[in-house]
Amino acid sequence: MLRKSPFHERTSQFCTSMNWKDWAGYYAVASYDTNHDQEYFAYRHAAGLMDATPLFKYEVKGPDSLNLLSRIMAKDIGKLRLGRVTYCCWCDDDGKILDDGTVARLGMDHFRVTAAEPFLHWFLQNARTLNVTIEDITAKFGILALQGPLSREILVHAAGGEVATLRFFRLIETRIDGRNVTITRTGYTGDLGYEIWCGNSDAIAVYDALIESGKNYQIMPAGLAALDVARIEAGFIMNGVDYFSANHCLIDSQKSTPYELGLGWSVNLERDCFIGQKALQAEKETGSSWQFVGLEYDWEAFEEIFARFDLPPQTHSGAWRTAVPVYGRSGKQVGQATSGAWSPTLKKNLALASLRNDDYSKGDALFIEVTAEYERKRCPVRVSDPMFFNPERKRGK
Amino acid sequence: MMKTASKPNSSTYDAIVIGGGHNGLVCAAYLAKAGKKVLAVEKRPVLGGAAVSEETVPGFTFSTFSYVVSLFRPQIIRQLDLVKHGLQIIPMETTYNPIPGDAGLVRWADGGRTRNEIARFSKKDASLYSEFGLSMGRLSRFTKNVIDTPAPEPASLNPKELFKLLKMGKLFKDFDADMRYLNVKLMTMSAVDFLEEWFESEPLLPSMAGSGIIGTFLGIRSPGTAYVLLHHYMGEIDGAFRAWGFSKGGTGQISLACARAAVSFGAEIITDAAVERVKIRNGRAVGVVLENGGEINARTVISGLDPNRTFLKLVGEDELPASFVGQIKRYKNRGSSGKVNLALSRVPNFEDGRPGLQHLKGDITIAPSIDYVERAYDEAKYGEFSRRPFLNIVIPSLSDPSVAPPGKHVLSAFVQYAPYNIREGAGKWPEKREAFGDAVIDTIEEYAPDIRDCIIDKQVLSPWDIEKMTGLTEGNIFQGELSLEQLAFLRPVAEWSRYRSPINGLWMCASGTHPGGGVMGAPGELAAKTMLKEGGV
Repeated sequence: MLRKSPFHERTSQFCTSMNWKDWAGYYAVASYDTNHDQEYFAYRHAAGLMDATPLFKYEVKGPDSLNLLSRIMAKDIGKLRLGRVTYCCWCDDDGKILDDGTVARLGMDHFRVTAAEPFLHWFLQNARTLNVTIEDITAKFGILALQGPLSREILVHAAGGEVATLRFFRLIETRIDGRNVTITRTGYTGDLGYEIWCGNSDAIAVYDALIESGKNYQIMPAGLAALDVARIEAGFIMNGVDYFSANHCLIDSQKSTPYELGLGWSVNLERDCFIGQKALQAEKETGSSWQFVGLEYDWEAFEEIFARFDLPPQTHSGAWRTAVPVYGRSGKQVGQATSGAWSPTLKKNLALASLRNDDYSKGDALFIEVTAEYERKRCPVRVSDPMFFNPERKRGK
Repeated sequence: MMKTASKPNSSTYDAIVIGGGHNGLVCAAYLAKAGKKVLAVEKRPVLGGAAVSEETVPGFTFSTFSYVVSLFRPQIIRQLDLVKHGLQIIPMETTYNPIPGDAGLVRWADGGRTRNEIARFSKKDASLYSEFGLSMGRLSRFTKNVIDTPAPEPASLNPKELFKLLKMGKLFKDFDADMRYLNVKLMTMSAVDFLEEWFESEPLLPSMAGSGIIGTFLGIRSPGTAYVLLHHYMGEIDGAFRAWGFSKGGTGQISLACARAAVSFGAEIITDAAVERVKIRNGRAVGVVLENGGEINARTVISGLDPNRTFLKLVGEDELPASFVGQIKRYKNRGSSGKVNLALSRVPNFEDGRPGLQHLKGDITIAPSIDYVERAYDEAKYGEFSRRPFLNIVIPSLSDPSVAPPGKHVLSAFVQYAPYNIREGAGKWPEKREAFGDAVIDTIEEYAPDIRDCIIDKQVLSPWDIEKMTGLTEGNIFQGELSLEQLAFLRPVAEWSRYRSPINGLWMCASGTHPGGGVMGAPGELAAKTMLKEGGV
């Protein structure tokens, strides 16, 4: 039996498609309607309201909490100031990535961590003798992601003017409909957006208040199918799709490092010791084996592949997650595309890919496998920055 | 918005494009991209021609004329990098036919859901609907080849032309026999007759047939309207045929994206600069004379205006062969439609018992029965606007909240019929405008009884107004009807379908040329490519 999030009473009411999926043991809406397109366009042109409760949530408190998180995370959490949130990843001793998520600093000795997978054991194991308490608060809080260009107006209406000045990756503790909430300006769509944390008993009231405030802004409950397209446009990697946690890999070659996934910017090597530091230091010096890139299909060539069968070009109706090989000019396989989608906003067919590091740079020509009429073909693609979509409003005031 | 000057920087250009409509701007962009020194000249203060967004009521952005997009060619979006220049399309996922006191009929993006809806009226129609869609999809793929290449010239003995004809013939030959027959039927039948080969029920039939009369002065039972049906069916968004969408910020944003692309390639655009005439010297176009007296020279002049206005007003009969003038005069512009744009305080209630507003996010067609639509035509035939017109309504603010203040909405109603030549004479339209607007609102009121309470302000546009504002002769939205005798190698007239004109150095680039009207961009693209290929510029 899957768990129901504290918003289930409402999400199930809106989910006329009955299109649910299992997200970390919770019922999660894939798409509210039979077709996810309108939800995607809500994320990009109005605001989509998504239940993100199934994210694993940990509360870290106590005088040594900063020590603990600095030791675990590849990023220097010591630099995280009060009222701020940061995106980071954590690795094993070999510098292989375990998971990625966010850390929010609510107090000098009070943090909240989100993760895609359960890591209580890992945090406890590394806490050793530190004066710190770690609590799995996954089932205590609900999280709503309100994402889209009008999300700010909606939240200002629901939570007051303070939200209007909330900057990118900052948090505030405020009230919605008289209920305590923590609002972070974060999200997984690559757009202007916020995540709202509330206690379980306040969940329905907060949900209703957001829907009510959003009525004039065409707010829509939106699901994971639409989110998946948006996150690919934004170039955000996904644990279990674009990489695998080192904990789950049967063989070493399935593991990745932050550098290999384009997360090198989130690794701070020059500081006190943290897990994976030595290995990451060595990798920094000798270079990585893999490179994470974006790929843009050559549309004319893609059309031509299908035209040979007298067919119009066929793209997936949403994002795809079945990895396909990527080839170099010589015909040799140079890597794999791990997920992709047709971008309705950019009007491009996109993929995220890991390539054996050969210093590929923007504009380089490669080939991706495409299946047309059950036949495997190769379509030219161009290497690009994986952050295909990056509007000013995402970070802007 | 886009800042434009009203005076050119230079006195001589490689090419001047008359008219800042979307086709003119597409043409200008392609020519500039090829390195030509291009100037586009628009008479209005805003760019876009009939594809324009205007804040007619403070806070409310109307797509004043053209209101949805489908036919815009994907290759233009790619080649001109229009996404980078701001083009954003939000697809429409529903088609709704309200029926007073009933849930009406909604066709959704989802096939199964649509089948269930149609089955309420006819199980047979429900079972055929997807099959029909497949056939139209196949026909559209044939037509796609036709609209993305200049029309072949059947009277020519030039081997290149014969090759093009052969290529077209081969495409036709590759169809199976059923599709070939279907294609001929489509070219010759009325929209209703064609659809009745498949369907039997109302409101499905009249709603679908409605696409066949848009922009024509014909009824849904008039032969030839089946083709117009396909013209509206062959639109595509992201490769999906029959997909329609809104341009974010209104239809004008498409034109502005084209304008920004043109400017990025080095083109210059001026507004508030009406062209009085094309300067002709020794039978050759050498520039334009502006209404303000200014003169600008160019090696090539390209008209984005309709054929009537281009040749009879800006060139003049004396400069043209008599037979050509005759043909242009016979070219049918018969304006048949009007537009009512409303600023609303809330979404009107269609009292259909349906939950939410999802079903109102696409287009809403008022065409309850075949007789209703045919009767609307009857009135127009004798010079009256329809008292109960065929309406195609959209509420774009439900999908794109940027066009109205929070909680408020814009509603656009395309109205047919509103004949340009009313019985009292076209010039009497200003006196009938109010009554025309009332007839439209009365009609909507029969379906959404609270519509009058929702209206904050309105804009009523008769075809006479459309002509006055955009210059489109008789207010014809397609720069000339899309009837068979005015299509392909006959558009606008025989022997001059390839963007050239009898005046050397004067070319055409807009909807009055192949492949015709709709916010398609194809005439502008094909004209530019033809000119570049044939050394026209």
